[in-house]
Amino acid sequence: CYLLEETRRLKANDREFNQQYNYATNAIKTSKYNVFTFLPLNLFEQFQRIANAYFLFLLILQVIPQISSLSWFTTVVPLVLVLAITAAKDASDDIDEKWMNVQVGDIIKLENNKFVTVQIPVFLKNLGCQTIERDLLFLYGCSLQVICNYLLLYIFPGVVDCEAPNNRLDRFTGTLTYNGQKYSLDNEKILLRGCTLRNTEWCFGLVIFAGQDTKLMMNCGKATFKRTSVDRMMNILVLCIFVLLAIMCIILAVGNGIWEQQEENFTTFLPRQDGVNAAFSGFLTFWSYIIILNTVVPISLYVSVEIIRLGNSFYIDWDRKMYYARSDTPAEARTTTLNEELGQIKYIFSDKTGTLTQNIMTFNKCSINGKSYGTETEKVDFSYNPLADPKFSFCDHSLVEAVKLGKPEVHNFFRLLSLCHTAMAEEKSEGNLLYQAQSPDEGALVTATRNFGFVFRSRTPEMITVMEMGIQRNYDLLAILDFNNVRKRMSVIVRSPEGKLSLYCKGADTIVYERLHESCKRLMDVTTEHLNEFAGDGLRTLVMAYRDLEEGYIEDWKQRYDEASTALDDREEKLDELYEEIEKDMLLLGATGIEDKLQDGVSQTIEQLSKADIKIWVLTGDKQETAENIGYACNMLREEMNDIFIVAGNSAEEVKEELRAACLKMKPDSNNDDVTIAKGILGKKLKVVEDEPVNGEYGLVINGHSLAYALEKPMELELLRTACMCKTVICCRVTPLQKAQVVQLVKKYKRAVTLAIGDGANDVSMIRAAHIGVGISGQEGMQAVLSSDFSFAQFRFLQRLLLVHGRWSYLRMCKFLRYFFYKNFTFTFVHFWYAFFCGFSAQTVYDEWFITLYNLVYTALPVLGMSLFDQDVNDRWSFQYPQLYVPGQRNMYFSKGTFAACVVHSIYSSLVVFFIPYAAMYNTVRNDGKDVADYQSFALLAQTCLLILGLEMNYWTAVTHFFVWGSLAIYFAITFTMYSNGMFLIFTSAFPFIGVARNTLNQANVWLTILLTTILCVLPVVAYRFLLMQLQPTINDKVVRQTKASPPPPPRRTRIRRTSTRRSGYAFSHAQGYGDLMTSKRFLRRPPAGRTAAFSPPSRSTGFLPTSRSAGYSPTGRQPNHAQAETSLEMYRAVREA
Amino acid sequence: MKSQQAANRPDNTAFTQQRLPAWQPMLSAHFVIPGFLLIGMAFIGIGVALYITSQNIQVLEKDYTGTGQYTACSECADMQTIPCICNVTFSLTTLFTGPVFLYYGLSNYYQNYRKYQVSRDDVQLWGDVTKSPGDACAPYQYIDNKPIAPCGSIANSMFNDTFSLYQIINGTMKLVPLDGKGIAWWTDYNIKFRNPSAQGSLQDAFNGTMKPVNWSKPAYELNPSDMNDNGFLNQDFLVWMRTAALPDFQKLYRRITSGDYALGLPPGDYVLQIEYNYAVKDFGRKKVVFSNVTWMGGKNEFLGVAYIVVGSLCLVMSVVMLVVYAKYKFADENA
Repeated sequence: CYLLEETRRLKANDREFNQQYNYATNAIKTSKYNVFTFLPLNLFEQFQRIANAYFLFLLILQVIPQISSLSWFTTVVPLVLVLAITAAKDASDDIDEKWMNVQVGDIIKLENNKFVTVQIPVFLKNLGCQTIERDLLFLYGCSLQVICNYLLLYIFPGVVDCEAPNNRLDRFTGTLTYNGQKYSLDNEKILLRGCTLRNTEWCFGLVIFAGQDTKLMMNCGKATFKRTSVDRMMNILVLCIFVLLAIMCIILAVGNGIWEQQEENFTTFLPRQDGVNAAFSGFLTFWSYIIILNTVVPISLYVSVEIIRLGNSFYIDWDRKMYYARSDTPAEARTTTLNEELGQIKYIFSDKTGTLTQNIMTFNKCSINGKSYGTETEKVDFSYNPLADPKFSFCDHSLVEAVKLGKPEVHNFFRLLSLCHTAMAEEKSEGNLLYQAQSPDEGALVTATRNFGFVFRSRTPEMITVMEMGIQRNYDLLAILDFNNVRKRMSVIVRSPEGKLSLYCKGADTIVYERLHESCKRLMDVTTEHLNEFAGDGLRTLVMAYRDLEEGYIEDWKQRYDEASTALDDREEKLDELYEEIEKDMLLLGATGIEDKLQDGVSQTIEQLSKADIKIWVLTGDKQETAENIGYACNMLREEMNDIFIVAGNSAEEVKEELRAACLKMKPDSNNDDVTIAKGILGKKLKVVEDEPVNGEYGLVINGHSLAYALEKPMELELLRTACMCKTVICCRVTPLQKAQVVQLVKKYKRAVTLAIGDGANDVSMIRAAHIGVGISGQEGMQAVLSSDFSFAQFRFLQRLLLVHGRWSYLRMCKFLRYFFYKNFTFTFVHFWYAFFCGFSAQTVYDEWFITLYNLVYTALPVLGMSLFDQDVNDRWSFQYPQLYVPGQRNMYFSKGTFAACVVHSIYSSLVVFFIPYAAMYNTVRNDGKDVADYQSFALLAQTCLLILGLEMNYWTAVTHFFVWGSLAIYFAITFTMYSNGMFLIFTSAFPFIGVARNTLNQANVWLTILLTTILCVLPVVAYRFLLMQLQPTINDKVVRQTKASPPPPPRRTRIRRTSTRRSGYAFSHAQGYGDLMTSKRFLRRPPAGRTAAFSPPSRSTGFLPTSRSAGYSPTGRQPNHAQAETSLEMYRAVREA
Repeated sequence: MKSQQAANRPDNTAFTQQRLPAWQPMLSAHFVIPGFLLIGMAFIGIGVALYITSQNIQVLEKDYTGTGQYTACSECADMQTIPCICNVTFSLTTLFTGPVFLYYGLSNYYQNYRKYQVSRDDVQLWGDVTKSPGDACAPYQYIDNKPIAPCGSIANSMFNDTFSLYQIINGTMKLVPLDGKGIAWWTDYNIKFRNPSAQGSLQDAFNGTMKPVNWSKPAYELNPSDMNDNGFLNQDFLVWMRTAALPDFQKLYRRITSGDYALGLPPGDYVLQIEYNYAVKDFGRKKVVFSNVTWMGGKNEFLGVAYIVVGSLCLVMSVVMLVVYAKYKFADENA
């Protein structure tokens, strides 16, 4: 813990000064313990767990001599081991994860597109614009190398006073004292841990908070603790087992009481202790049996479960098929306690941009003046253009010819594209251009234009420099009529070097068409056809138009524009009016088709997942058209679907009406009260909306504003019911809060496991709300990944995560649990049967050492082998038959039913394990006439039978072979050792079983008994399974049988060509553009081949913050920045608390 | 450069990629049905062998509790006269093949009762009589503050009936020599138990200890005829101390291996003379058993019968499975 820090004071570059305050270093740790507190604290924590406390209680019982039925070590050894393993795990979790040796007060350099890996907030260089501008400018002017910058900054004598570390992402206050002057520092001047630096190549920062103190870390504690359904099930079962335990103990205690009553004469040989009568003896026996039968609640259960999950998590980390080479990102299991739930997913909630799509746009087709380009297959050679981007490719020679021929409309088209945008250019060296665009669409357009010979080179607030076919031209930028969600278009007004004034506009087809000049009518029709074609190919379209303007008019307009932009009231409206006024009578130039490329294998993955009966809902901030388009593109919506319902109502009634109509259409006989009935009958019990089968396939597209109504209490069940009848659900224009609400809704009323997958900050709430959150570690920053449970680079890895890893994990976990319960029940029930033959005296059947080591040593490795190596079929077959996933969703491998079967099975086995040796040894002797029916020999016989039963396996890898035979060998080795002369001579009282192994295991009838017991336990199971396989083969049986019959299928690499004739959305991200940034007066003026510079006016810091994303989700489009990270967190909290 | 780029690429090993070669037993008909058939036949074979062997074992049991159904030794059952000698007579019509073992058997006697079974001190029995006996021995821990050796309920309740066997030949009783050597486990005699060592006699070694309450003689005088068969190493004591697993048990008393009886007990009339000391009639019964052994130990018909039954069941199952398989196989293959 820290001393309460109220304010923080630090000096730049003065470690000695800063060290006196003991600020946290940049090591992220959960830091619960230190060397001295570790043991007591950790033990205290561990004993708070109910299981451990229970065993402590047992231990206490065991030291009471009247009760103690087992030596203390039978409990202590496992308990110590379990505590030690857990403590080791806790300790390793607690050990510092060193990042970088950065301390508070250091000045560091951050580079473009790198996450702020030093994990610190940094106070920023836009300080450079305001306060230390001169120094920085001086540096630029001198073209000093980076190293010099370091030197100068190394002596930067600033002193910062600021607030103490806190978790508010949206607030920061502090002052910088430099050269005797004070400068205020606020939230916009710091960089938070986890954000990515964009739009500038590097910046310098002063470390203010490090490690623990960073705002992100201060926020991390809020993450929910997720439990799997198997966990919950296990808890219920453990309770049941406790009841069972109590019942057994009561029966035996009563038995003891009766025995003591009836066999009173045996007291001749075994006098009772003073004051112990039959009833009291029964009472003591109850506790004694609690100790003996405690193995039904095995202490190692929880630890084993953790170890198994950990092991299976490592497989995810290690999987090369989930490694994405291009970004060198392996998959990562960030939470190691949820694996088996991956095998039970029923609903997937997916983000769109960056998750389904690459968020990389490519310019594919265009239509210029009624001619469509981009339909050929051969790639164009751009070598004529020295500034061309080599990565760009386009497939139509005729367009290049047209450009070379200088067709005016083609030139005009590209001129428009090179001018009408808000991208920024960096030219690191001559001709090596790098565009920083606000949306990938813009980047694609500008890059395309560059290749065709209209190279956007640089911009200032007043000027745009373009190389047009090798000639540099400077256009005066008079105004940017920025994009927003209502306008759906953007325009620029420029003056050409010749002095010609033009307005260039690009925007959504419907919007731009309304504002065209009448003369374009014929061209419009042709272009519309082309647009339809583009859309059919799944391209995002934009329409280009221009208008020439009069000097006089524009002067007047500009004046009004300037007034409006500085107006205090109704600024937006006034500007809109002005925009409307000037954006009219435009002449159509053409249209572009941009491919929002789906990630590789998305549609195939979705197909596979839906074959596995997983329902995928897309929740996106995008507009309806875009979302629908993607739905078609990735095969979620299909032409052949019976119907696709669109819910876009603007009032609660409308939405309800639409939902009801959809519902009736899908299921004409569905009655209106169904939903309310489900609520009424179940009353207080957990309400579950059952799946209702419908004929045909339907899709549902619901809009954000309608969703807001539909998520209200009275209608949410209606929504859920309708949505669940549909094969595909797409929610568009949703806020992060709504994403979380949708997930919560399904979680609440469906007994199903949900998974949310996303890549951006706006997916965080959804990722945290779902049972399992998956983060795509892509270009959007780390926030989604940081709050996720699993992360990887590509959406398509999801199928491997679920269909292979998830399925195996679930299979293994269930097998383990079944086996573990079976193993321990059998073990325990034998004691129960024996009670009837030992006067209910709490006598154990086995040697105490065997009891101690049974779970920990003898059967630990086979269990581990099974739960780490078991596969029913290999990964290829898992992909071949996604249906194999279905049993997991239905909880078929481990449910109350299977548990009951497990109990019955173990009762049978325990009967066999007890009564076969009983009958075989009854009054018999060794072949030399000596004793073999003594207690110790019987114990050895019974425990050997039991152990051999415990080694049953289904899947034998070399390792499992080793484990199983090794365990058997270890068992005999340990047994012979413990029963050897030496051990007895050294520890006389601890090993009373001296010689038993030698004297017993050389007897033929002992081995025959072991064989009989084993066969009698195993064969009925084999016969049962065989008959079941013949009579009612499960999908698993069928596939397994086929794997034996045929070689494994080749890995599938089919790409599904989409055949859609849908109209497309328009190619814009749905966030406010960069317009005012571009024209900002603060905008740094630089020469065309400018130095890289960091600029970020205080009004905006898009791209510098952890939550920024190119396609913002905000419906208003305003300030999609760090403020919203806080809101999403807050909203999420609100959801949780609700 | 390449390796730099792929720094995070996971290793390609069979283990990390979960491609370990594996053998997966399949419950296919070709494997299961013949398997059951074979196991069934093998078990029936073993079962028959066991059964015949068991049948060949001769057993002669005589209950001498003296109450209820069996009246042998009824004169002693009230435990009034001490010592009380009673006779059990029997006649053999065929040779009782040797070596013959003489057991005493107790039933409803809970040697496996936990409190009883722990009521001993292994360290003491290992020769350390100077230490204070373990608490588990209570209430047979001390007498007059002197430790009891051997302490505890097990030792205290040691079986103390004695038997001598006579063959009646022409009206005279001929003593059948009973061999009491080596009836306990080798490990018990040589390792687990040890007499306390002291200068002088065994009696000196037990100096300062008390005999168990129920015993008439101290440990060092258990077998007056053989000096080496005394103390903790007395064979009967060792046998008794190896407690039984079940409430009905029999323990080896003597072997008949020598003299005229080395080949067994010839046909004729016999008298077993019993010194009746041990009181179990209130809760259980006692008996004496003559038996011989084979490679599979003493008489136990269960194992043979069980093997035959299980084997037969296997055969039946294999037929059932064959029928099911034949019936569903084709439907299955079409699916």
